[in-house]
Amino acid sequence: MSEFLQHIANTLILGGTYALLGIGLTLIFGIMKVVNFTHGELYTFGAYFVFLVVSVLGLNFLLAIPVAILAGLLLGGVIELLLLRPMRGADIDTTMLVMIGAMIVMQNSEQLVWGGVAKSVSTPFPETPLVIGPVSVSYLRVFVLAMALLLIAATYILINRTKLGKAVRATFQDRDTASLMGVNVQAIYTATFAIGSSLAAAAGALLGPAYVISPHMGDIASLKAFAIVILGGLGNITGATIGGFILALAEELGAGYVSSGYRDAMGFLIIIAVLLIKPTGLFARAERIG
Amino acid sequence: MSRFRLLAGAAAFAVLAGTAVAQETIKIGVNEPLTGPFAASGTYVVNGARIAADEINAKGGVLGKKVELVIEDNKSNPTEAAAVTEKLVTRDKVPVIMGAWGSSLTLASMPKLMEYQVPMLVETSSSGKITTSGNPYIFRISPPSSVEAAAFKPMVPKMTIKKVDFLVINNDWGRGAAEDFGKMLKGENIQVGLVETMDQAAQDMSAQLAKIKASDADTLMVTTAVEQLTLVLKQAAALGMKKQIITTGGSQNPDQLIAQAGTAANGTIHLATFAPWQPDATPNPQAAKYFIGEWKKRGFEFPGVTESFRGYDGIRTIAAAIQKAGKAEPEAIRAAFWDVDVKGLNGDIKFQKQGPAGKESGQSVPNVYLIKIDDGKVVVPTM
Repeated sequence: MSEFLQHIANTLILGGTYALLGIGLTLIFGIMKVVNFTHGELYTFGAYFVFLVVSVLGLNFLLAIPVAILAGLLLGGVIELLLLRPMRGADIDTTMLVMIGAMIVMQNSEQLVWGGVAKSVSTPFPETPLVIGPVSVSYLRVFVLAMALLLIAATYILINRTKLGKAVRATFQDRDTASLMGVNVQAIYTATFAIGSSLAAAAGALLGPAYVISPHMGDIASLKAFAIVILGGLGNITGATIGGFILALAEELGAGYVSSGYRDAMGFLIIIAVLLIKPTGLFARAERIG
Repeated sequence: MSRFRLLAGAAAFAVLAGTAVAQETIKIGVNEPLTGPFAASGTYVVNGARIAADEINAKGGVLGKKVELVIEDNKSNPTEAAAVTEKLVTRDKVPVIMGAWGSSLTLASMPKLMEYQVPMLVETSSSGKITTSGNPYIFRISPPSSVEAAAFKPMVPKMTIKKVDFLVINNDWGRGAAEDFGKMLKGENIQVGLVETMDQAAQDMSAQLAKIKASDADTLMVTTAVEQLTLVLKQAAALGMKKQIITTGGSQNPDQLIAQAGTAANGTIHLATFAPWQPDATPNPQAAKYFIGEWKKRGFEFPGVTESFRGYDGIRTIAAAIQKAGKAEPEAIRAAFWDVDVKGLNGDIKFQKQGPAGKESGQSVPNVYLIKIDDGKVVVPTM
């Protein structure tokens, strides 16, 4: 029983992280329909940025997180302006190839700048874990979970309750009509990509210190993010959030009670099942056509 | 037109000059992971190899020619490792290769060695299969898991171990280690409990660790490279795990663990293949001091020494084989490997026959040490 409770605690901790990775990508892949292979690299960028601010510049960890999020916002904006804006109207395959190229360039630049040896960041949180009965978790991971939930809520409000969010939704539902209604469509594209990117950087900034930071850390993050978005339904923030927790639960219980060799396969088995039974994702609403 | 001919002439000259220079060197192929999950380790090995090549060349090279390393990145990916081996042999025409760090990377390269009949010195891989599958082009200087397990055997009764769980990287290296150590421990009447695996790129092992925490074993043996090991130690500490942790495989880089896992590394025990903390106590103090000095002089970080010494020993062993062969040709080098006797940083390098008769691989038997991290320092426990 105590093992089960620990698995559930781990699920919450890991699920928060997965959800954060998922909502950033659901904005870009789900709403903008850009197959964003740079998502994992922005995650890595956020982590290295925190390393730079904390370990090289010697500033506070808590200060480093918003700075890294801001840096991710800017980098995302630059990628959109330089790579995606000229590709507007190009088909999805062409854009995908450009994004694969961008991913390779980013990952190799990270290795060139920082080297292949993993980096670690010290945080103000105590190294001894927080113990509640049979369950034990690190303070840092509890903080990461809280921050993840905060960012998810902020994104939800931004997309569903603000004027900017309404413009975003309108633009990707019908670009021409939105444009006629006075929405600056070009700016909305850049803003959406930048916001999605900043969420990836936020995930990296929060998780880099919890794990170790290395140039290839984005590969697996990117893979999981795509899985979560497909699981939750494209463009659905609530879906991506719940999808993140479902994936974490599947991995935890799969590794705990079935076989750890298939830990990473568990999530994908669920996705195959979802695609077979409900191909639009678990939480997709009926799409308006026309 | 005349300008075109001038350019063409210059290009032709450059090509000819290039081959002229190339003829004066002896090429050694180096197939290592320089990107991907094992990038750090592979880079260490390559930097160690460079120190050896520079040292050899400063002393006049081999057979009167300079040694030239042709270094290729296998991206921590077995498919790429096989492609790199093929490229080194067919395009660069190297007569001998060093590689490929990980067991799965080496195993993927091995059929290519058979196909092109080029020998490879294996510097890091631990899987038993590498030297027992009947590939006569393989010469290994790192200890296979069975040798590590045998070296650990006399230490076991002096430790308090009743039941062991395993957490290993899910590839030939990790699974091989769990098998060989499990066999040895059962022979010592120690129970073997869970055998859990982790994907080589995985960053979160808390599910496996939660299961291991709940088991009744008193000891956890972990086999993986330093980066994932750091995560395992940190996550085990976060779960409040109190078991004795012993690691195998020789890629633990204890100083890096101390720096990155912090207090989570305290109390952990490691089977290492080189102990650079006390160069005087190593089998070859003079060479060890030279290598460590050169490593620091080049501005590399000290923790890398426990990994990079293999690249250094590997290239020196290859150079000795070429010298013995008298010519830089694959078959002559392969035959000469059987006669080398190199003073390695971790004991004498001499190859013994392993595997099916008639197509044996070469295996050198290096020393294995037990070290402990105590209060943020590496100590050699007396037993």
